[in-house]
Amino acid sequence: MNIPAQLRYTSSHEWLRRESDGTITVGITDHAQGALGDLVFVELPAVGRKLAAGEACAVVESVKAASDVYAPIAGEVVAANGAVSSAPEIVNQDAYSAWLFRIKPSDPAAMDSLLDARGYQAVIGD
Amino acid sequence: MLKTTPLNAVHRAAGARMVDFGGFDMPLHYGSQIDEHHAVRRDAGMFDVSHMRVVDLEGPDARAFLRYALANNVDKLTVPGKALYTCMLAEDGGVLDDLIVTFVREDFFRLVVNAGTADADIAWLGRLRDTHAPTLAIRPRTDLAMIAVQGPNARAKTWRALPGSEAATAELKPFSAAAFDDVFASRTGYTGEDGFEIVVPAARVAETWSALVAAGVKPCGLGARDTLRLEAGMNLCGQDMDARTSPLESGLAWTVDLVSPREFVGKAALLASPPSRRLAGLLLLDGGGVLRAHQRVHTPRGDGEITSGTFSPTLSRSIALARLPEGVADGDVVEVEVRDKRLRARVVKPPFVRNGAVKVALT
Repeated sequence: MNIPAQLRYTSSHEWLRRESDGTITVGITDHAQGALGDLVFVELPAVGRKLAAGEACAVVESVKAASDVYAPIAGEVVAANGAVSSAPEIVNQDAYSAWLFRIKPSDPAAMDSLLDARGYQAVIGD
Repeated sequence: MLKTTPLNAVHRAAGARMVDFGGFDMPLHYGSQIDEHHAVRRDAGMFDVSHMRVVDLEGPDARAFLRYALANNVDKLTVPGKALYTCMLAEDGGVLDDLIVTFVREDFFRLVVNAGTADADIAWLGRLRDTHAPTLAIRPRTDLAMIAVQGPNARAKTWRALPGSEAATAELKPFSAAAFDDVFASRTGYTGEDGFEIVVPAARVAETWSALVAAGVKPCGLGARDTLRLEAGMNLCGQDMDARTSPLESGLAWTVDLVSPREFVGKAALLASPPSRRLAGLLLLDGGGVLRAHQRVHTPRGDGEITSGTFSPTLSRSIALARLPEGVADGDVVEVEVRDKRLRARVVKPPFVRNGAVKVALT
């Protein structure tokens, strides 16, 4: 299972990466894309939307099922990746390059309390 | 504890993602269900359908018994080898199961029933037998396994893989079966494509599967099987219809013989209550999501509900089957509740796809 060591994770299968400008990039994990199967539709939050931690803010749909994506931390959406809306299958091809949205965090330290790679490995249990 | 088919180890060795279907541990896909879907539409794919149950009925009363037990009329089967799609109904007209019955000999008919309903079906048939044909033998064939080979090249690749199969099945018409050696092959399926459903002894099925792989038939999981059957406009029992719905409100009036004078289980109930709903196809016109089972459908005649919905790989659009109020016509535009939105969909007559060709207007 592909779980990059430099990222943070949630138990609801989002990954987070801190960018040099302090924003946080969010996507879904390789485990999540594998469980969902071939993705065919992605709905992303609007830029400027204020998110509470744990708020459902995006939807990924595979042939098989629809699944909500949750804001891992509170903040404001500063970018959404249009490439995944027009070609959802790129999430299946590489879940860690096909990011979904970027957040300007309300609390820059909030991300540090999330799961590291080892903790996420324990969550998915394989 | 999930049940397994004789091909379980083969699926796991091939890296299949497994899922619980009807109490069986079955392959969902072997990598990409969309690739598997296209393989069946464009070339040849195969499915392990050994979770379905073969049930043989033997005895001189077999035809008379089935004439009473099934909603379609087995008297349409006049030539040995001919097969018929039918529902099996409860007394109240609800659908207990849908199945294919094949006329093998006058004293031997073969049923293939769904996995999830098989035990209940056999118990039900046993009760009908006790009152209507006490000498009839009902034999569930757990010693058999089944592979569905489907696609425009399915027959040619099967002939290459299985010695003796071409001679035995080259002249076989759709919805007909032939036996050779210990193989029973029907020109039937659940995808809208040509092909065979091949019944072989369980002990030999792994060998048959390998021979088909070697001939270029792509292993496909239940994920592709579901998108293929939905594109083909075929119902899934337990999802598009069940014991609470009649075949007449499930798009299956064509399978129910109400014309002949014969009595059959459920007939009186069907005649007593004309349907107020019908099963129709939906084609999503707007972006914004995928049609799914249980979404509410708003129509000028009242609300309906989606029974099966998916993304169609062939159409690159979302499609569904929905139970709608009578009076909603093909061509009407309705609204489907998808999360917090209402998306427009057109009512269409299934199938969406048949033999590789798109059968509905996409604009």
